[in-house]
Amino acid sequence: MKASGFPYVIPMLLLSVAFFATPLAVLVGFSFIGPEGLSLHNYARFLGDAFNYRVLINTAKLGLQTIVSTTLLGVPIALLYWHSGKTARQIIIFLTLIPMLTSNVVRTFAWIVILGRQGPISETFVALGLAERPFSLMSTELGLVMAMCQIDLPLIILPLVAILSRIPVTYTEAAQVSGAGPWRILVTVLLPMMLPGLLAGWILVFASTSASFVTQAVIGGARNVYVPQLIYREVGTLFDWPMASAIAVVLLLSTGILLVAMTMISRHRRLVGHA
Amino acid sequence: MRNQSENPLPAFLYKAFVFGFGGLSLIYLVAPIVIAITMSFTAGQTLKYPPEGFSLRWYEALLDPLRSSTEQIAAGNSLKIAGLAVLGSLLFAVPATIGMARMRRRSVNTIEPLLLAPLVLPSLVYGLAALIVANFVGFQPSLWLTVVGHVVVFGPLMYRAASVVAQGINPSLAEASTVMGATWVTTLRRVILPLLTPGILAGAFLVFIQSLDNVSVSLFLADAQTTVLPLRMFALIEESLDVRVAAMSGLLIGLTLVVMLVARRVLAPSRQA
Repeated sequence: MKASGFPYVIPMLLLSVAFFATPLAVLVGFSFIGPEGLSLHNYARFLGDAFNYRVLINTAKLGLQTIVSTTLLGVPIALLYWHSGKTARQIIIFLTLIPMLTSNVVRTFAWIVILGRQGPISETFVALGLAERPFSLMSTELGLVMAMCQIDLPLIILPLVAILSRIPVTYTEAAQVSGAGPWRILVTVLLPMMLPGLLAGWILVFASTSASFVTQAVIGGARNVYVPQLIYREVGTLFDWPMASAIAVVLLLSTGILLVAMTMISRHRRLVGHA
Repeated sequence: MRNQSENPLPAFLYKAFVFGFGGLSLIYLVAPIVIAITMSFTAGQTLKYPPEGFSLRWYEALLDPLRSSTEQIAAGNSLKIAGLAVLGSLLFAVPATIGMARMRRRSVNTIEPLLLAPLVLPSLVYGLAALIVANFVGFQPSLWLTVVGHVVVFGPLMYRAASVVAQGINPSLAEASTVMGATWVTTLRRVILPLLTPGILAGAFLVFIQSLDNVSVSLFLADAQTTVLPLRMFALIEESLDVRVAAMSGLLIGLTLVVMLVARRVLAPSRQA
């Protein structure tokens, strides 16, 4: 029995149980506190409200839109990495890490500049005659998706690059020698191998969009409301903690179900196909 | 013998797709950072882009203790919290990595998900849960409560970074040290910790950056006196679109770049070994 390491783990384990698991359990308990004792009152009130329901749908929609757009931009970057030499590969990694490690508030601020009435997009459109007057993409869903896509892009690039860096060039060379064109190699060799990385990336992106409070609040504006803002409103202005807890549990459950589903798909794929 | 050379068009289109579209996507990824940096040197009063002339006036405004005392205090608070969060995660996560590396695979597989769980949970939800419990026990939001929250949420980053290295350490090195008569303290200090250093540094870097950037935990756990930098920036953005935010962004991007370059220098040689 080789258990001599366990004492070293105890402090972090205690920290996890006392300061992480316990608060979560209390949060779940709190969500059942209604006006007359324990009940599903908060859940019924939250899900019964048409506005809240729409917010929940919008949050899921924002997550899916971000997943699609990050995939559309992330896969070409991963392919660029695949076809690059050693130095270019290092540069691509560096360029991916800089935005990833830059503060979220800073990236959100950059998008305020870009999307604003006096920003580069509006100025370019006016200069090219595509728009008559300067316009702002702030407080629009399109602007928010553009920003979220850039902010979460590294989360999908890094898992893809991690996979591609381990694949020997001989794999595609074999396909090439057998007479496959580049598109065919992409569809039959590269994309299937990238699939586990894509699934890992999608999970990270979805988890990130369902929690990026600042970007949603600042760029989405008052017209586009998402679940994290609802939670903050219940706590910060309405002081209804049981209600906030119930919304938090709904957020956790809905993201949790999606994440489990995605993980199961990725396991299944791996069993059926490659690797 | 290359068959696709018979028809050059698909090959050309593929190259155009990868290098053209891939390159554009890469620009899309980096451009906002460049825009934030260049914006910070504007001479103008607004966030008009391209900026109107070059000046350092917004950086000067930021360093002026009269005009920007709130921002300076917020930066100080954030640095203090991030530093303490790194210290806290060192104390809890590093022993855990050392212990886990000595345990059986099966026990590791049972305990590890529990230790890593905070990374998966939206931290806004955790902030709320921690606020409810702290209030229940009788603690008011404060700087120290924020530090505890950050250690719980970001400590796992330190654990993960250090455990990647710890898994790779040959257990016979520690055994050899013990056989030669070293006490466990000496083995820890002279053998294990030096080998773990790259992982610990990487972990410290991640915890520091994440803590400095965190809004969702600090939002609930920091009191009114303890303004943190990202929340102060958030407030400035919401209230007035003050151009000083551009200078703050410039400083934060600069800090990230410096730390990244230092990390590359420190970590690169030991990775090759």
